[in-house]
Amino acid sequence: MFESLSERLDGILKKLKGRGLLREEDIAAALKEIRIALLEADVSFKVVKEFVEKVRVRAVGKEVIDSIKPGQQVVKIVHDELCELMGGGQSRISLAPNPPTVIMMVGLHGSGKTTTAAKIAKKFKKEGRRPLLVALDTERPAAIEQLKSLGAQIEVPVYETMPGDNPVGVFPSVIKKASLEGRDILVLDTAGRLHVDDELMVQLEHLKRETNPHEILLVADAMTGQDAVNIAKAFNDRLGLTGIVLTKMDGDARGGAALSMAFVTGKPIKFIGVGEKIDFLEPFNPDGMASRILGMGDVVSLVEKAQEAVDIKEAARLEEGLRKDRFTFEDLRGQIKQIKKMGPLENVLSMIPGMGKQLKGVTIDDGAFVGIEAIINSMTKDERENRVAITAGRKKRIADGSGRQIAEVNRLIKQHLGMKKMLKRFKGGRGFNLSQFKF
Amino acid sequence: MGFFERLKSGLSKTRDMLLGNAASLVTGRVLDESFIEEMEEHLIMADVGPKASSSIMNGIRSAVIDNKIKDSSKLKDALKSEMRKILKEGQSIICAGEKPYVILTVGVNGVGKTTTIGKLARRFTDNGFSVTLAAGDTFRAAAIEQLEIWAHRAGAQIVKHRSGADPAAVAFDAVVSAKSKGIDTVIIDTAGRLHTKTNLMEELKKIKRVIAKEVPSAPHEVLLVLDATSGQNAINQAKMFNETVGVTGIALTKLDGTAKGGIVFAINEELGIPVKLIGVGEAVEDLQDFNPQEFVDALFGE
Repeated sequence: MFESLSERLDGILKKLKGRGLLREEDIAAALKEIRIALLEADVSFKVVKEFVEKVRVRAVGKEVIDSIKPGQQVVKIVHDELCELMGGGQSRISLAPNPPTVIMMVGLHGSGKTTTAAKIAKKFKKEGRRPLLVALDTERPAAIEQLKSLGAQIEVPVYETMPGDNPVGVFPSVIKKASLEGRDILVLDTAGRLHVDDELMVQLEHLKRETNPHEILLVADAMTGQDAVNIAKAFNDRLGLTGIVLTKMDGDARGGAALSMAFVTGKPIKFIGVGEKIDFLEPFNPDGMASRILGMGDVVSLVEKAQEAVDIKEAARLEEGLRKDRFTFEDLRGQIKQIKKMGPLENVLSMIPGMGKQLKGVTIDDGAFVGIEAIINSMTKDERENRVAITAGRKKRIADGSGRQIAEVNRLIKQHLGMKKMLKRFKGGRGFNLSQFKF
Repeated sequence: MGFFERLKSGLSKTRDMLLGNAASLVTGRVLDESFIEEMEEHLIMADVGPKASSSIMNGIRSAVIDNKIKDSSKLKDALKSEMRKILKEGQSIICAGEKPYVILTVGVNGVGKTTTIGKLARRFTDNGFSVTLAAGDTFRAAAIEQLEIWAHRAGAQIVKHRSGADPAAVAFDAVVSAKSKGIDTVIIDTAGRLHTKTNLMEELKKIKRVIAKEVPSAPHEVLLVLDATSGQNAINQAKMFNETVGVTGIALTKLDGTAKGGIVFAINEELGIPVKLIGVGEAVEDLQDFNPQEFVDALFGE
């Protein structure tokens, strides 16, 4: 999408080369394309309108720089503006000066409140705190069971209520339990509700008054359409949100709702949910999200993920490998090891620019690495470092050593060459081409 | 409250938005391009999507050019008829003919599959049909318990395995059990899955294959549950689920909020999968058959 939006804009703006300043009539067609791209990404119409206006103001009068394609220049303006709107930097959960910190999860039905509550509790547990999950969804059948089961998985205690209990009424005993057990973080899972359901919204207001939460997080589905503005606005108006969690980001939704909600509430997106496993909660990254909305892939998150999985020395080596044209089998092996640590390959690859669309319908088997690793492991150090040519005799030895066919060894050598070329192109700012990856 | 009233109240926000504004636009307005563009904007805000909106408005545009629509007040009728044309005729889900009549329910996470199944089961049992529910969501914590509660409410049987079990095995057992007991309908619940997860989509294929071993014509209905709140991504969902298991109908849930459900138009236009059920509230009777004419009428507040 980035490629196509950028290319489309290049086409439209081609005639501008060497013409000095961008004029309003020059960029009108480009703005139309941007508008459609944003609408296709489910950014709220009203937000799009204001946003495009902002971009227009920023773009008009800009000098057309000869060295940069005008399309890319406009896309950069759009991208920067998107980042700024979504909060610029990253925003974390703030803790109460006097524990316990109460975090209240609110949202529509099925947005992922219960799962996210458990993910947040797990995150704090990992940081050495003592969270308590509080099951206040007394409406949905088996919601309490669900939280109990998640709590058991992550070994975080759950305050259990009974179906039909009044969530406001039980809170004093929650506090009692928390202070008895020395719990410093309370994560409240509330029932899903429509933002227009007055009765249930009033209940949340009561709950807020009673629990005095430090954070009120709106949990919203990344797939949400135009309604995102209404939802976010209603919850924010009534409760004063402190942040937003965007869930189901592991799908292929472009997530324009993120922009809509940040725009209409002025509140930061604090986390994104990227999978059903309880570990899959990540800090929000406006830059990555802007890229995603524009269909550009998410290099920043990729790098962050890499940093999480890889120690700093390794990361420097990885970066060096990416920077230099030198890309040996040893580098490939190291990268495979690191990529494996970064979680499901599908998630990782989808962050690479231009990869999102091409990944659709492609099966990526994490197990496919096993064969590649085996082959590389059977190479000599010189072979791994590409200091010697891998002749027919060497190929046979490698195949025998790894228990693979010679054809597979050949394929790997070919793929390795292809990747080398691809990295060169990546350095040149172009996207990856999945067809070169044959897992 | 009858069906129509309910749908109407469920869609009242939509109507207010679309029509309130449309009406205010209409009064004293000249039918010009800027007027048509504004109407298009309103469709986009209802999640109809940029593509479907522009195709609908192009129909309107040519009618205006051909002088078939002379004043702005006639535009609403023209718009309604354009929108009505896109929607496929809704068919009721009737568990007649095959016995057991097997319904496979699929969809992404959190759209309301289990709730829809519960309501559908209740509707069948109220009409005198016997129902077996298959607790095929063996992944999400407490999904089986949630379906059990619904089975109890609906007076349906339930076949369940342990959490983490093979959903295909659950579905198979449910079909076998229903067959031997002479049960009319089997409704299979499945875990919510994003349509981009290839291995999970393969799992659905397996469920389908396995039940066909016991009842060759099954599943008779593959119901895709879609959240009316979702935007353009619902088209991707519908495409991928359709490619994987062949969707025969859509249940559109959560229409009781301010969500417009306009995505239905895009899906009908692109894929031609009929909407069969709509959810307009949390009560059992809030699951209704889809009627395109009434849907469009309600959308326009009539």
